[in-house]
Amino acid sequence: MTTSRDNEKEKMETAVQPNSLAEVAQSHQVKVPGTRALGTGLETRGVHAWFGKHHALANVSLDFAAGTVTALIGPSGCGKSTYIRTINRMHEFIPGAAMAGEVLLDGKDVYAPGTDVTKIRLQIGMVFQKPNPFPSMTIGENVLSGLKLAQIKADNKDDLLEECLERAGLWSEVKDRLGAHGGSLSGGQQQRLCIARALAVRPQVLLMDEPCSALDPGSTLRIEETIRQLSDTMTIVIVTHNMQQAARVSDYTAFFLSDGGPGQMIEVAPTSEIFSRPQDQRTENYVTGRFG
Amino acid sequence: MSNTTTAIPTTPWKASRRERALDTLVFFAALFVSFTLVAVTPLKGKLAYLVIFFLAYALLTSIFKAQQRGSAAAKDALVNSLVAIGAVITVIPVASILATVVKNGLPGISFGLFTHDMALATPTDPLNNGGLLHAITGTIILVVFALILSVPIGILTALYLTEIKGKFTGPIRFLVQAMSGVPSIVAGLFILSAILYPITKSYSGFMGSLSLTILMIPTIARTSEEVLNLIPNDLREAGTALGGTQWRTVAMIVLPAAKSGLVTAIILGVARIAGETAPILLLTGGGDKVNPNSFSGPMGSLPYYIWKSFNAGSPESITRAWAGLLVLVGLVLILFTSARFLGTRKVAK
Repeated sequence: MTTSRDNEKEKMETAVQPNSLAEVAQSHQVKVPGTRALGTGLETRGVHAWFGKHHALANVSLDFAAGTVTALIGPSGCGKSTYIRTINRMHEFIPGAAMAGEVLLDGKDVYAPGTDVTKIRLQIGMVFQKPNPFPSMTIGENVLSGLKLAQIKADNKDDLLEECLERAGLWSEVKDRLGAHGGSLSGGQQQRLCIARALAVRPQVLLMDEPCSALDPGSTLRIEETIRQLSDTMTIVIVTHNMQQAARVSDYTAFFLSDGGPGQMIEVAPTSEIFSRPQDQRTENYVTGRFG
Repeated sequence: MSNTTTAIPTTPWKASRRERALDTLVFFAALFVSFTLVAVTPLKGKLAYLVIFFLAYALLTSIFKAQQRGSAAAKDALVNSLVAIGAVITVIPVASILATVVKNGLPGISFGLFTHDMALATPTDPLNNGGLLHAITGTIILVVFALILSVPIGILTALYLTEIKGKFTGPIRFLVQAMSGVPSIVAGLFILSAILYPITKSYSGFMGSLSLTILMIPTIARTSEEVLNLIPNDLREAGTALGGTQWRTVAMIVLPAAKSGLVTAIILGVARIAGETAPILLLTGGGDKVNPNSFSGPMGSLPYYIWKSFNAGSPESITRAWAGLLVLVGLVLILFTSARFLGTRKVAK
């Protein structure tokens, strides 16, 4: 019994084993910026971040074209998560945090005085590393919790619920038990529930902070499919330690590195180029596994 | 693969029959030692039996285990039996109190007790005269008003300490901790001198509830704070990242997630005040007839009824007091179980 399941898992793992990361990256069409009417996208200009006196991130300027998937790779502690948390203003949640620079959504600075920070977070959704469904709510309530939290009225909640779960690739698994608790799902299902929850408020941008790091290969595959599908309608930024994942899902890849000081963005390019012809020696060392 | 072989489920980690027999032997040996020692030495009384039995049992099991499995197992067995002794010693007084209350209180319990008050009876009357309806309603009203006042204040204090974490977090936490040590009579005197004498100038149930509130707030606030600190920060971040304001996130996610713990906090608060006597004596006056109005006139309560009945001193009145105690214990028990039930029903998926 166990052997057949093991075989299945093995098959799944071998199926996604690429010959080379660049080939994987080339297997899907790179999206050309500006071809979609999704707003002008997201830009960051000279972003720095501090935790107290600790300078965690220095001078990161990155553009995310509307409707693309960008992967942020780099060793632990190089500021990738900190960086995406400055984008939707979750960085300021940490006591002693400070930042510098501009984050522009559709050309407007999200840190401009008088900006409604809750509106910003509605437009820029986030999926966390650890699945965190709300324990006091059912599956259905979890998906729609964003609407309730932000006090948004939706006309047809049932349709929205189905649509979001469908897009997160979870509908067929939970449609008969929407009243069950979110905690009763498996880890991978919980993470897809969190993605569905983030989708329900219809964000323009979705930030994903290592969404698959705690998941098995099957669930990872499902979520990667979901990311590819979602990129038709939104801009996605995904932090990942898995370079094959970066190659599989992203159009662009940015490499972050800290040389002991604050984390920096070393290089950004279309994903296939990062994995085939990186410009920077440090990037090459990292993507070929000679470092870090 | 190997579906053909039949396997018998066994539990090799459990004690074998021989070991269990040995354990029983040790138990009786310890019993024997305790009886002989009490018979031979000047040690006397129930307590001596108990102490000698425990010590002999702990010693004998460790010796047996040392022979069977070496010194590590012997130490393990010794600590195990010490822990068991500790548990039994803790349970004995509680069980003894409950047993005494039930034994002495049951003869005084009758149907009339719950339908009559003491307006036309004195504690020394025969037991079928009068009852403690006024005391039950009084205690319930006192506790309910104290709850209405202290639950919001206590939980809001806890929220200030855990969610807002403002400038005054340190001083407030210190004050709440200091307040939890306030003797109940001080709370009673405070209300007496600050509100009853200068303002209302008359006994009422509400004055009693106010003093109980002072006693209840620190218990609720401290326990709630601990419970809210256990809620993972992930949930707060998830709520905020979904576009919720801090208030919406706390109300929709943090508080529901902490619900069963908050109910426990409230139960502990009620447990703190349900039997309070001193402030009640000072502030509610202690009436002998049912007074449903908390804002005017003296109001009876179970602790007051018990105190008054004991003071009367006749056999009837003392039976009344025990019956009142039993009713108070039962009331608290009902409150606890219902609150527990309400608090955990939804969490247990």
